[in-house]
Amino acid sequence: MTSRRALVADVAVLVFLALYAVPFLWQVLTSFKPEAELLRVPPLWPTTLTLSHYEVVFTQSAMPRALLNSLGVGVLTTALACALGVPAAFALATLRVPAAGPLMLGVVASTAFPQIATVSPLYLVMRALGLRDTWAALVLADASFALPFVIWLMTRFMREIPRELSEAAALDGAGRWRTLLSVHLPLTAPGLASVALLTFLFAWNEFLFAFTFTATEASRTVPVALALFPGVFEVPWGDIAAASILASIPPVLIVVGLQRWLVRGLLAGALTE
Amino acid sequence: MTARERAERRAAIGFVAPAVVTLAALTAGPALWVFWLSLRQRVPVFGIDHFAGIAHYAFLATDPRFWSAFRVTAVFTVASVALELLLGLGLALALRGQRVGRRAALALLLLAWALPGVVTARLFEWLYHPAAGLVNVALGVALNWLGDPALALPALVLADVWRTMPFVALFCYARLLTIPAAVYEAAAVDGAGRAATFRFVTLPLLAPVLLVTLLFRTLDALRAFDLMFVLTGGGPAGLTETLTVYAYRSLFQTLRLGFGSAIGVIVFVLVMAVAAAYLSVLRRREAAA
Repeated sequence: MTSRRALVADVAVLVFLALYAVPFLWQVLTSFKPEAELLRVPPLWPTTLTLSHYEVVFTQSAMPRALLNSLGVGVLTTALACALGVPAAFALATLRVPAAGPLMLGVVASTAFPQIATVSPLYLVMRALGLRDTWAALVLADASFALPFVIWLMTRFMREIPRELSEAAALDGAGRWRTLLSVHLPLTAPGLASVALLTFLFAWNEFLFAFTFTATEASRTVPVALALFPGVFEVPWGDIAAASILASIPPVLIVVGLQRWLVRGLLAGALTE
Repeated sequence: MTARERAERRAAIGFVAPAVVTLAALTAGPALWVFWLSLRQRVPVFGIDHFAGIAHYAFLATDPRFWSAFRVTAVFTVASVALELLLGLGLALALRGQRVGRRAALALLLLAWALPGVVTARLFEWLYHPAAGLVNVALGVALNWLGDPALALPALVLADVWRTMPFVALFCYARLLTIPAAVYEAAAVDGAGRAATFRFVTLPLLAPVLLVTLLFRTLDALRAFDLMFVLTGGGPAGLTETLTVYAYRSLFQTLRLGFGSAIGVIVFVLVMAVAAAYLSVLRRREAAA
């Protein structure tokens, strides 16, 4: 009786999850459908599959350049936020930082700042610095939310490292940078990996700043290119589907390949009690 | 202060200084500047830049478009967060007992959460297509989901729930895994049924995680922009225009930086009020415990 009930529950969950996958899978299928069959539903399954939408996206749209821009901005944002955030987290976790309390409060509070509030001052900054429509504008703007995130989580990870280890390193004559590089960094490497992955994902997905600070293909990222995907006389649903799938590749790779690290990063915020 | 402490202090400042300077320039600075900007009449294309006092706020107080956006933001936030918490909690409880496909389930949930908001908007735009959308085909109806005044906001909420319910499910599920089986055995020995076990064992243990998720999700819903901007663009007839979309339009489509900043400030204040309310609840819980 119980096992039968459990079986029903198992199947119900699987059916629910299958339904949950439909929006994405439908877009995958659409991206391979011949143009003429797009608006003819049912049948759900096309008579033949085609790569023509991907061909159009790669040869006639802004997507190839946008993929490159997003990759560059994502990697540089992650590198900048980690390069500045990790030493700060190390100091906050192990040294007596002046005004550490207010600083930490400010860092945590700033992860909640709405982008719509900071976008107008940042716009004036970018304009004054002549950075509009460059990668630099996006990297700096994205760092405004990525850096507090890195500091917050890395400080938590580094606090878990026993004090004795840094004291032992100091006794062995290691300076503070040496201690950071040879004790704290290796021990928090898994945590840093998930923080870096999430930072890259946030930068890859970011839309408001990217939409505001870019003007041409030179710096438009994937979400912007997808939002502005051109349709001359009618909406090119197949091409949009193909472009959406391309935009989803890094998130899919991160989720499938690096699931464990990602979950660890996500849960660090909620499960430390 | 000893020489040693002074040295530690100097070293500490050296470690945090680059980050602090960057945060001051890119995060704290803009966050303060926007308040000042909201008190100015600033239209760069016409070279207008002068002090306006609280004129923008006074205008907003009686602006029907503002109050409509306020209402849409409130409805969107309450509806999506409530649905996400209920569904996410339910799914987490179901997944705990699941014997097959748990890993695949987690991957799928994470995927929906990890996709760019613009992609989610494009997925649902296509699902809601009046002629060829899967939703209409599946339901056997011919509704114009995104164009119908009564359906557009629910359609938007549904897309947001699809995207962010996994976040709730994942957090709850992870917490459930850390509850030792002995706790449930003890409850069973005491004769607690399923409902009583959930009410008196599971729910109290989940409460802290639910509270954190509630905070994160409420903040994100208040700040949300990309999904509605791309999916409905605030339409039909402004019925899905949130405060963020109204602010964006004012800032960069009508190029009124001061006015748009005033709406941005209001979103800012709402977000901070929610965060402060959450902190006070947390303190009270800690004091009670």
